[in-house]
Amino acid sequence: MPIETAPGLEAGIMLSSILFCLGLAGLMMRRNVIFMLMCVEICTNAAALMFVVAGAHWGNVDGQVMFVFVVTLAAAEVAIALALVLQFYHRKHTVDIDQLNELRG
Amino acid sequence: MTLLAIIIILFTGGIIAWLSERYFKAGGRWISLITLLLTAMLLTNYFTFIHSTGVGTAEPWWDSLQISWIPRFGIDFHLAIDGLSFLMLALTLAMGIFGVLMTWNDISFRRGFFYFNYLWTLAGVVGVFTAIDLFLFFFFWEVMLIPMLFLIAVWGYEQRIYAAIKFFIFTQASSLLMLIAIVGLVYIHYTNTGQLTFNYNALLNARLPPGIAYWLMLGFFVAFIVKLPALPFHTWLPDAHTQAPTAGSILLAAILLKTGAYGLLRFNLPLFPESSIEFAPVAMTIGAISIIYGAMLAFAQRDMKRLVAYSSVSHMGFVLLGLYALDTIAIQGAVMQMIAHGLSTAALFALVGALQHRLHTRDMQQLGGLWGRLPKLSAIALFFAVASLGLPGLGNFVAEFTVLVGSFRTNHWMTALAAIGLIGAALYALLMMQKVFFGKLNKRLEKPIREHEATDLNIRESCALLTLAALLVFIGLHPQPIFNIAEQTVQRSTTKIEAVLNIQKFSPEKISSQTHPTRLEHTSIEDTTP
Amino acid sequence: MQGLLAWVPLLPLIGFLILVAIPLFHRSEPPQKFVACIGVGSVGLAALLTMIVAFTLFWKTPSELVNISLWQWMLVDNLQVGFNFHIDWLTIVMLLIITGVGFLIHLYSVGYMRDDMDFRRYFAYLNLFVCAMLILVLADNLVLLYLGWEGVGLCSYLLIGFWYKEPANGTAAQKAFIVTRIGDTAMAIGLFLLFYEFSTLNIQQLISVIDGQEVNTEIITLACLLLLGGAVGKSAQLPLQTWLPDAMAGPTPVSALIHAATMVTAGVYLIARMHPLYMLSEVAMNAVAFVGATTLLISGFSAIAQSDIKRVLAYSTISQIGYMFLALGVGAWSGAIFHLMTHAFFKALLFLSAGSVILSLHHEQNIFSMGGLYRKIPLTFICFTIGCACLAALPFTSGFYSKDHILLSAWEYHQGVNILWLAGILGALVTGVYSFRLLFLVFLGKEGTASTHCKDANTPVMSIPLCILAALALFGGLLAPPLQAVFGVRPDEDHSAWIEGVAIAMPLIGLAIAWRLFLHEQKSGEQRSPLMQFWFSGWGFDWLYGHLLVRPFKYLSQINHNDIIDSLYKGTAAVSRQMNALLSASQNGQVRWYLTSFAVGSILFLALLVAL
Repeated sequence: MPIETAPGLEAGIMLSSILFCLGLAGLMMRRNVIFMLMCVEICTNAAALMFVVAGAHWGNVDGQVMFVFVVTLAAAEVAIALALVLQFYHRKHTVDIDQLNELRG
Repeated sequence: MTLLAIIIILFTGGIIAWLSERYFKAGGRWISLITLLLTAMLLTNYFTFIHSTGVGTAEPWWDSLQISWIPRFGIDFHLAIDGLSFLMLALTLAMGIFGVLMTWNDISFRRGFFYFNYLWTLAGVVGVFTAIDLFLFFFFWEVMLIPMLFLIAVWGYEQRIYAAIKFFIFTQASSLLMLIAIVGLVYIHYTNTGQLTFNYNALLNARLPPGIAYWLMLGFFVAFIVKLPALPFHTWLPDAHTQAPTAGSILLAAILLKTGAYGLLRFNLPLFPESSIEFAPVAMTIGAISIIYGAMLAFAQRDMKRLVAYSSVSHMGFVLLGLYALDTIAIQGAVMQMIAHGLSTAALFALVGALQHRLHTRDMQQLGGLWGRLPKLSAIALFFAVASLGLPGLGNFVAEFTVLVGSFRTNHWMTALAAIGLIGAALYALLMMQKVFFGKLNKRLEKPIREHEATDLNIRESCALLTLAALLVFIGLHPQPIFNIAEQTVQRSTTKIEAVLNIQKFSPEKISSQTHPTRLEHTSIEDTTP
Repeated sequence: MQGLLAWVPLLPLIGFLILVAIPLFHRSEPPQKFVACIGVGSVGLAALLTMIVAFTLFWKTPSELVNISLWQWMLVDNLQVGFNFHIDWLTIVMLLIITGVGFLIHLYSVGYMRDDMDFRRYFAYLNLFVCAMLILVLADNLVLLYLGWEGVGLCSYLLIGFWYKEPANGTAAQKAFIVTRIGDTAMAIGLFLLFYEFSTLNIQQLISVIDGQEVNTEIITLACLLLLGGAVGKSAQLPLQTWLPDAMAGPTPVSALIHAATMVTAGVYLIARMHPLYMLSEVAMNAVAFVGATTLLISGFSAIAQSDIKRVLAYSTISQIGYMFLALGVGAWSGAIFHLMTHAFFKALLFLSAGSVILSLHHEQNIFSMGGLYRKIPLTFICFTIGCACLAALPFTSGFYSKDHILLSAWEYHQGVNILWLAGILGALVTGVYSFRLLFLVFLGKEGTASTHCKDANTPVMSIPLCILAALALFGGLLAPPLQAVFGVRPDEDHSAWIEGVAIAMPLIGLAIAWRLFLHEQKSGEQRSPLMQFWFSGWGFDWLYGHLLVRPFKYLSQINHNDIIDSLYKGTAAVSRQMNALLSASQNGQVRWYLTSFAVGSILFLALLVAL
């Protein structure tokens, strides 16, 4: 069944792409781990938005189901990541990610 | 079953030796000795076969054991023994015992683990000498490698890690080539006959397209001459030998090198007769050059162990030359050389080890004049040095002489070139005697000799070395039993090759100018006069 | 009866084994008497046995001479080598020389080596030598002969370097072994060639094969030349003669036994043994003759210039063996063996007397510090004079008969005046000069620096062998060995008297020259004219080989002592290490760097996918 592209879809794709790029750029540029985590959140949420938009477009609930998954995932991720950040801060007394380069070759 | 028993006993002996270290420190060597004696006793079961099987018997194997292992790929646990395997097993176990006896007190830490590795190496070698399933052969080929690696890397001398890694990379890379060749061979046999098998006996009859056969043969060849070792793949040997502990050097020199020669004779020649004939002149050249190059390098060394190591390169060149002369006499000589070299070089390494243990140096500039202080050790060293330079009446002479007589029939120039190696052998052997044992006592040695009270050989060492000496004299004066035992295996290789040669004779357009043994060209013979 | 001969080499071997095995059972050195009993006794018994067999055989016809098969040595394919002895008169003559002279020298050694710490080792080596030498002459095939051949080489090496503490002795020993090994290798290749052509290495079979069929002369020539290579090495002939003068580093009785009487004549024996082969090849015969002729002259002149008593004798040995080669080259087989025998007598005598001189002078060997010794050690003087007379071939000494035989054969061979004969005649003159020069400088003239503290060191065990050898040297000429069965009978020709006259005159002229030049020579051994210096250095052969072979070889092996091939693998390793450094620079541990490269990489990848 051919699907006509509704104007809402394109706008949704645009929005989520821009959001994702913003998140990615933030990830690449920020050195503060907290901010980086927030950027990751933005990226995941951009992806989640994409699911919802696409689900709405196809008239399918799968998109919304995925959204719930993403949110759960993000929550779990933040919980672990914040714990790591805490440990990091404990040891190095900083939240600068560039100080964390012990795995260099 | 005996073969399986030997291997299992060696493996379990190794584990027990390891475990026993907890309870009493010196347990490992006793357990190794007992294990080896036990296996040697098992091997005597085969004495009955020595005389009972003559040439031309339909069944080539004295005994075999076949258990299905991975039936889906036609892989069996298939062991068998014939004359050649028997000789090699006897050499392996004898040298194993010799190694334990000569290094009774050498190892000072992690002794249990040492003897574990020692016995597992031997088990791997025994497997290599008896496996006639190609996959199983490859399996054992790898099994003997790893424990040897540990022997070098853990108990070696100053540059042990470097040497161990070098040893590992060379052998591993080359055995990869062999694996490819094995798989290729099996695959071609499978496409031809529809029967997937790694069985040696079956693969003997594989009909291979000439081009592919040549490449497969090269795969095997490279793997084997790396182990041999021959030019240009010999450079791991001096390092590995020099850095390995004495027992490791003995194993390497006496046994591990022989697996390469054994592989050439067992697999290369019978599996790929056509390609071997085609390749023979190249292989003989490699052999002859190895002989001379090894001798020259041995002459240039300062480190006594390196000298002996390079002399191994030179000696094993005779094996390569003899095997690829594709002549019964020469191949018999090569088998003899495997044994004689095993005995003489193992003894030389043991002697260098004994010196190192007493004087803490192998540098010949720091040795000298030991005859006056250690007369027994020096006299025995003289014996083995003389054996290694090929004095008639000792095993090495019989071997080298038969190799050269046989290969002269195939290739005059390479044989004449190889014969020059006899002079080279005299050069380095006498140089070693002169620098280490003759001359005035080196001043640097006076202190260590006084402080450590360097003593002459004790009864245990003397007996072990004298037994080897007696064996060398025996095979030097009465080599016939060994020739007889090996005859059947050698015949099987040569008959296949002769059959191919005969076919080529009748279709003259196929003869490549190099492969056919040429008669002497009468116009240019004057040049060989020295 | 002949079976007993198998015991002849076995007895010295047993002696050797006993002497070697003593330290296994006994902590301290055994008493000298015991060692001497074993060492000398074993050879003495062998000599006795040989003589008994020889005397019984002497009355029988030659056809009863037999082979003794001990065991099969190697039997592979068609290579068949037995541990078998072949006995004919040539063998027996050699056996008599080896055991007889060997026994006397062993006996002498008991006195000569009495103060040496390594008495046991000395006799062990000496016994092993006798055993190997006996195997060499008894062997019925070339491989077994080669066994003896290398065996005597080893013993020679061990005995030259017997006093191992002196590095120069070790160098001389090494040189001797390696130079002869070069010849031996040629000989080994000769064996391979013979086996390749005739499928046998048994000497008698070989000879019968050659007799029976049309053979390729060029192959025979090549094989003969290769065998000659071995003979030249062992017998110290040109171009491999350089080792023998240095070999004098060993104890003097060793020089007498190995480097004069027996081992160095093995080359002569080999060629005589293989004579049917040589007779087929004109080229090989000429080569042998010319090698002999050149060597006898070169080393004769070298002997004139030497200042060490043993080196004079060494060069004279080379020269005398040159005569034997000359004889072989002109087909005078029995002449060569005859000279071998007489030479063994008188040269052993000379060396043993020289040994007495050296011992009496407390190991002084320079002839310019000797002189006037005839009063102090009269017995040695008499023996030495007899030896010199034989060496110079004064009439009615043993040396005269054998050398005369050789010169006549050389004359006959080319039917008149020829270069070989001339070389022989000139050599006879030179021999006269150097042998009497030696005699005069050592025993006559003014007393030298060393002569003043001369003390006669002869003990009965030394005097008796000297006397017996002196008698043999004087009258040995009457013992022409019965070799007709081996070499065939040559027709006797009448020679004009002047040839004989020349042969007799030459040594006398030499004597006169020596008298004129050297009897009252000032002790000026150190300054030599350039010619004398050239001769002194043995015609510069050592220098030549040093620069041509030894140095380049040492240099080559030295620059390559780290193995150039290994640098190939080391290079590979270095390259991969470089690559590793390059790539690991990108592994900098910065999360943001990874992320950026990940992002850039994915974009590029996607772009690539789209573009395709």
